[in-house]
Formats: sequence, structure tokens, C-alpha cells
Amino acid sequence: MIDLLSFLVFFLIFASFYSLTCLGLNMQWGFTGLFNVGVAGFFAIGAYTSAILTGPAYDDTILGGFGLPALVGWAGAMIAAGLAALFIGFVTLRLREDYLAITTFGIAVSIQLTALNFKTLTRGADGLYSLPKPLSGVSDSAFVDNALFLAVCVVVIAIVYVALERMMHSPWGRVLRSIREDETAAATLGKNVFGYRLQAFTIGSAIMGLTGGLYSSFVGFISPQDFLPIFTFQVYVMLIVGGSGNNLGAIVGGVVVWGIWSGSGSIIAAVLPPGLQTQGAAVRIVLIGLMLILILLFRPSGLIREKRVISEEAILDPAK
Amino acid sequence: MLKITNLAKDFGGLRAVDEVSFEVGERTITGLIGPNGAGKTTTFNMVAGMFPPTSGEIYFAGERLDGKPDYYAFRSGLVRTFQIPRPFGEMTVLENLMMAPQHQLGEQFWNTWFRMGAVRAQERKLRDQAREILEFLNLDHLAGEAAKTLSGGQHKLLELGRVLMSDPKMILLDEPGAGINPTLLGEIVERITALNERGITFLIIEHNMDLVMNLCQPILVMANGKLLMEGDADSVREDPRVLEAFLGGVPA
Repeated sequence: MIDLLSFLVFFLIFASFYSLTCLGLNMQWGFTGLFNVGVAGFFAIGAYTSAILTGPAYDDTILGGFGLPALVGWAGAMIAAGLAALFIGFVTLRLREDYLAITTFGIAVSIQLTALNFKTLTRGADGLYSLPKPLSGVSDSAFVDNALFLAVCVVVIAIVYVALERMMHSPWGRVLRSIREDETAAATLGKNVFGYRLQAFTIGSAIMGLTGGLYSSFVGFISPQDFLPIFTFQVYVMLIVGGSGNNLGAIVGGVVVWGIWSGSGSIIAAVLPPGLQTQGAAVRIVLIGLMLILILLFRPSGLIREKRVISEEAILDPAK
Repeated sequence: MLKITNLAKDFGGLRAVDEVSFEVGERTITGLIGPNGAGKTTTFNMVAGMFPPTSGEIYFAGERLDGKPDYYAFRSGLVRTFQIPRPFGEMTVLENLMMAPQHQLGEQFWNTWFRMGAVRAQERKLRDQAREILEFLNLDHLAGEAAKTLSGGQHKLLELGRVLMSDPKMILLDEPGAGINPTLLGEIVERITALNERGITFLIIEHNMDLVMNLCQPILVMANGKLLMEGDADSVREDPRVLEAFLGGVPA
């Protein structure tokens, strides 16, 4: 029983990482229409920032050993990813969406390669290890510790959710939506499109950075292997399945798709003989692709459709 | 009100607009006609700031507009609609209008956090203003619908409503009559006249000659990127150069 529960807690912690990243991407892609294909890059910046701020000193790196509390690490992760987005956005956000996609993809790959090769900062492929895990050792059982960490994740998601709802369902969010719908029309209505795109890009990326911080704290070890482009792809599938443009949909999409991804992985591992395990792992990717196609065919708005009315004051009384 | 001098635009080797100068008087409904490819929409795009002119100057209410960012013309009270309407399809008709006005408190990021009361109050005001305009345009029964579900003619009205929200001084209309059934067209003409009486200046590109001749005074005629002539409906109708431009020459 406790085995199953601790598996569930472990599963939900990872799902919450994905859900949180989805929330960040929803701000960019779901609401503003920014085709950011560099999600993994901002996640990586957050993870490394938090790891360096909170981690131990290593013999072979130039920066580290600060041993700061996790909260400081997470705040740093958000700020670093946000600043990176501000800079990257400033040079790329004047591009049309297909070019923006290519550019952000390239930037994410560059960030990953930097992590792989800038060994005196990141230890390259060996990764940063022994990162302190907050709340570990609070109780005698690892299960309770993990459950507490899950509670922290849930609280973080709840805060981010409420904050995003407030931002998106305001006149500010309405300008973002209008840019997604038709940025030329928005500009002729006097909106500073570039400025709004930059704001949405920065906020979304800061959330991705925060997730990176949480991830590195929980896993205790990060290496460039964790930040491959497949991560960006997974997050997009999650957002589209859950419901692009809807924050609740983003959260649900993270949990559902991660459930299918990890569930199918366990089943494949259990069913297939050892010789076929590699091929079995590829089936998972096929499965995710299949799910994406089915959703786009039968429920293109995702599991939870976006709300059409943005501002509370614009909800019409049906009796009128 | 609007004054352009020696305005020109090259697209590669093609000179789309060639040294055009004209003035639009305050509170007029000025027509801009000409065959396809005459440079009318290009002129509009430059005036509205969508792309910069190759040379020439644009003045609106005494202030120079060319060289300013794309949202600048709108902010000084000069607004436009599009030949093919560009509604925000996934937003409601009501919110298409509510998003339009400038200087909304709630458009500033920090105000959505720290001045929510004031933002809410302004939203209620905007909603009431938007519904009034929708009623004026006969669209109020569609206020809660997604803008993409409206017909082509209704989209034109919606765009007009959107620019009216900002209390403009002058409106550039790009083919308000194209692809619209006669009943709806009559309605649009009526609205334009009513708005003009309230003090709004119009510059209208239109191919429907009946509409132009009845509604616009004066009329500017463009052909091959140049301004051909300017005059009232009768002088335009009788000018041989205009006939030639439209019909490709008349026997002498």
C-alpha cells in the first residue's frame, strides 16, 4: 500500500513540474501566440541557477558552494530565466512566428550545449550532484518527505495559477489575446505589440525557470541530458491536450500526458523481453504522437476549452 | 486635418505611390477612388503608419506622422479599418470593442495587481460605452458571440465600432461597401453620415460609384500611383481623364 502511495506521490511531483511548465507556456503560446520552441532552455537556466545557488562546492567549478536556502535558489531561478527571456525576447520577438520558433529552438540547443561544454560552471556531462533537497530529513520516512515536497509543489502551482488567471483575465490579458488573434490589427488599434509580447515572454519563461529550480532541488542531480528538445515537445503536447489558452487545462494536460507517458513506460518495461526494450521506448513517442493527432482531430480545443470571455465585466447577463 | 506632401512608396522597382499630395479638410467625407493598383490602399497604409513612405511627409492635425511607430497614428486620433476586416475572431464582439480604447488602466501590467478597483470601474464604463456603440451599429444582439461567427458585412460594422471606441478625430475606411448586401450598405452609409455630423472626418476608399458620388465631397482620384484630380461628384464624373483611367481611354 505504502509502495503504491509513494509511487503516486513521486508521479505527482513530476507531473507538477510538467504542469507548471505548461502554465508558463500557456502564457506565451496559449494566450499570446508566441511560438516558443525553447522551453527546455529556460527550464535549464532555472535548474542550473538554483543548483549553483543552493548546491555544495565542487573541486572543479569556478562558481558554487553558496549553500543558500531553496527558496532563494528558486527565486534566483525565476529571475535568471526571466532576465534571459528579456534579453532573448528583445532580439527575437520582432520576428514572425515561424522564425521565432526556429530562433528559440536554436537558442535552447545552444543553452544545452553550453551546459555540456562549459565544464568549469556546470561540470559538463558529469552534472551537478548532491544538491540539497529541501524538506528531506524532516521526518523519518522518505515517503512523508516526498509528500511534503509535493505539497510545496501544489502550493506553488496554486499561486502561479491564481496569478496567471488574474493577469490573463484583465484588460492586459485581453491585449495579449488580441495580439494572438491578429497582431497587425492590434497595432493599428494603438497597442505596443512588441512591448506586450516581451512581457508575456518574460513572465512565461520565468515560470519555466522556477520549474527548473524545483526540479533540480527534488532530483538532487542535473546534467545536460535533462534539457533535450524532447522536453519542449512533451510540454507542447501536454498544453494542446489539456487545452491551450486555459490555465486549468495546462495543469490537467501536464498530469494526464505525464500519466500516459510514464504509465506506458512501465507497461512496456514489464511486458517486453529485455531484447526489445529499446524499441519499446520508441513506442512511447509514437503513442504521444498518436494522442496528439487524436486530440487535434476530435477535440482541437483540448480537454478544457479556453474561456471566450476574458474580462469579468464583459460577461453578459443572459437574462438581459 | 490630414495633409500629405509628395508622398511616394517604392516596392522594389515598382513605384506604387508617386509624389502624391493632397489635403483632407476637417469634418469632410472625402472619397478616394481609382482603378485597382492605383495606390489607394498603399497610401492608407502609409498614413496609418503600417509602413514608412519612401519619401514625402504626412501631417495630421499639424503634427508630423511619418517616421513614428505603427501605433502612433491611432494614438493621435487617426484610425483605420481594413479592406478585408480583421476581427479578433476568438474574442466576443463586445470585447473586440472593449479592447480598443487607449490608455486603459488595466492595460498596464502593475495596475492589474495594485489598482484592481479602478480597473474594474473602468471596465464597466468601457462595457457600457461598447454596448451603446453596438446598439448604434445594430450589433448589440450579437455582443456575446465570438467575432468569427459574424457575416462579412457585420465584420465591417464591427471594425467601425472598434475604432469608434477610441473617440477618433478621423477615420480611414478601406472599401466599406465591398461585398455587402444593399440593405446593410444603406445602414453603413447612414452611420457614416451620422458620425460625420458628430464631427468625425472621413477618408473613404470605395469602388461603388453610387456610394462615392452620393456620400463623398470632395473626391480624390488616383491612377497609376499619381493623384489625377480632385473635385466634387459632377466634375469627377465629367472629367475625361477619369474616364480614361477607369476605362482605358475614350475616343476623342
